[in-house]
Amino acid sequence: MTCDAPAPAAPPSPAGPVWRSYGGKRRTTRTLRVRVSAALLAATVLAVLLVPPLVQLDQQAVDLAAKLQAPSWEHPFGTDDVGRDLLLRCVYGLRVSLLVGVAAALTATVIGTAVGAAAGALGGWADRGIMRIVDTVSSVPHLLLGIFIVAMFRPGVWPVVVSVALTHWLSTARIVRAEVLSLRSRPYIDAAVSGGASRWRVTVRHLLPGVMPQAALAAVLMVPHAMWHESALSFLGLGLPTHTASLGTLIQGARGSLLAGQWWPTLFPGLLIILPTLAIAGLAGAWRERINPRRRSELML
Amino acid sequence: MTTPPWGAMARLAGRRALFAGPVLLAVTFGVFAIAAASPFDPVKAYAGTAALGADQETLDRLRANLGVDEPFWVRWWDWLTAALGGDLGHSSVLRQPVTQVIGERLVWSALLCAVAFAVAVLLGTVLGVLAARRPGSLPDRAVTSLAYLLEAAPVFWIALLAVWLFALQWDLLPAGGLTDTASEHVTFGQVTSHLLLPAGVLAVSQLPWFTLYVRQGVADALAEDPVRGARARGLAEHTVLLGHALRSGLLPVLTLIGSRVPELITGALLVETVFSWPGIAAATVEAATAVDFPLLAALTTLATAAVLLGNLLADLLYGLFDPRVKLSDM
Repeated sequence: MTCDAPAPAAPPSPAGPVWRSYGGKRRTTRTLRVRVSAALLAATVLAVLLVPPLVQLDQQAVDLAAKLQAPSWEHPFGTDDVGRDLLLRCVYGLRVSLLVGVAAALTATVIGTAVGAAAGALGGWADRGIMRIVDTVSSVPHLLLGIFIVAMFRPGVWPVVVSVALTHWLSTARIVRAEVLSLRSRPYIDAAVSGGASRWRVTVRHLLPGVMPQAALAAVLMVPHAMWHESALSFLGLGLPTHTASLGTLIQGARGSLLAGQWWPTLFPGLLIILPTLAIAGLAGAWRERINPRRRSELML
Repeated sequence: MTTPPWGAMARLAGRRALFAGPVLLAVTFGVFAIAAASPFDPVKAYAGTAALGADQETLDRLRANLGVDEPFWVRWWDWLTAALGGDLGHSSVLRQPVTQVIGERLVWSALLCAVAFAVAVLLGTVLGVLAARRPGSLPDRAVTSLAYLLEAAPVFWIALLAVWLFALQWDLLPAGGLTDTASEHVTFGQVTSHLLLPAGVLAVSQLPWFTLYVRQGVADALAEDPVRGARARGLAEHTVLLGHALRSGLLPVLTLIGSRVPELITGALLVETVFSWPGIAAATVEAATAVDFPLLAALTTLATAAVLLGNLLADLLYGLFDPRVKLSDM
């Protein structure tokens, strides 16, 4: 299906044959899903890009007179325990989390594509050795490895990006390798080889462009994972410094007020993790159906 | 069912053990290599705040005693030989030998994970069958949307909201810990009431994967010939659904059980932290915050071993329940 296909025409007129098409209705719900996802994602990106330059937020500003106000028209998400507007803090947090997520996902995809393509293109012993390494690294739980790396290097933005990237390249490497292996048996590769192309040229000019769609899809799907990872690390106090608003540190900082009964400082940052995740998953699902029309596709996170 | 092929199962387990040895070696080696590359200084970590006042000579003596100056592979080898003898070092943050920390806490983590996993598998199967019975119906849509929502929600966020709802608003269940603060002994009733909330949250966080897999498997099986044949023979709908479709639809779930173990450990890490459950995962976070290297190294190795064990379990189950699969081929 196409992402921006117009809604299909109305059901056939009753005068026509009595074939009833269930396809029409199904298509609309899918189109709806894609449109809602696209709108949500666009809103998120716009908010993250436009709000910070327009509304300057002093991260340290404190207004104790307005502390812990419930959501109202003035403060749609309420205020936190030192009187800061939570909507603004959440947008800033989302900005940091998205930034870390995108940076980590890009790094992980580059590593994964390079390793996977090398394994697939070299074949033989190199392939087996590389895949053994991938198996070994993937048998350590991701978050634990991330915690270990962040604990050894001091917490901060870059250790978090590195730790997320180092734990997430494995799936991309596997996908890219499988794709390269299937492409290698195609006639156009044989043609390139018999035309005298070197192994390097075949890999870079003929194999890599073929795996790009799959690798890009994996990269997009990795952004929510990386965001999740960052917020989990920050929540454990091992990610970003506590005064930086990220979605994880916001939830971590709200634990005190949650035990006193105020739910809004916890609820809204979490919702802002869920929304982009679902939006990205919805769009990626449509995209995958386009690359791979034969496979029936489910939303995948 | 015929008698299980014990011999083939043992051979598979043996082959996996041969593979697990090098993996564990490589993981511990990697752990030591990362520590050597990091700015982390074991002497300062060992001495704590006393290092600030100590003179250089004392620090140097300490450095020589701890053997920090040796290259990391020498320290790795020393650690490994000691670990095989049952000595995993001393945890500086919990002020106990590492083996004792693990021994005391492993039981509680295992209890939490086992209960949560069992609940997730059972509830996921029920919900998945419910959804697969009529694809596109209201229950199907409700179950799948809920599953996607739960899949996207961070587990620590669910845990915090659960604490708020069940412990603070309704005052039904305790908010954390293993027993009440006043009680001296660990009794069955206390542990049960304290276990309900963390295990429930952990189960809910694992639930969507099982639900979606069962739904997919059963829905696929419902379109296959054996089910059509069963329907043609006039079997009752629930016999068709549970006796034929569910039986073959559960097969992919068996592989999922193995591959979910890392996620389960990750979830346990976060859930135990939120509920201050005295398990091994909470100790990991403490160790990481205080950069307690011996404890962290041991726990990373332990978690890797658990993941490998989970993979083996999944393969054994698969070979046991799917007659088309030969254990000797895996």
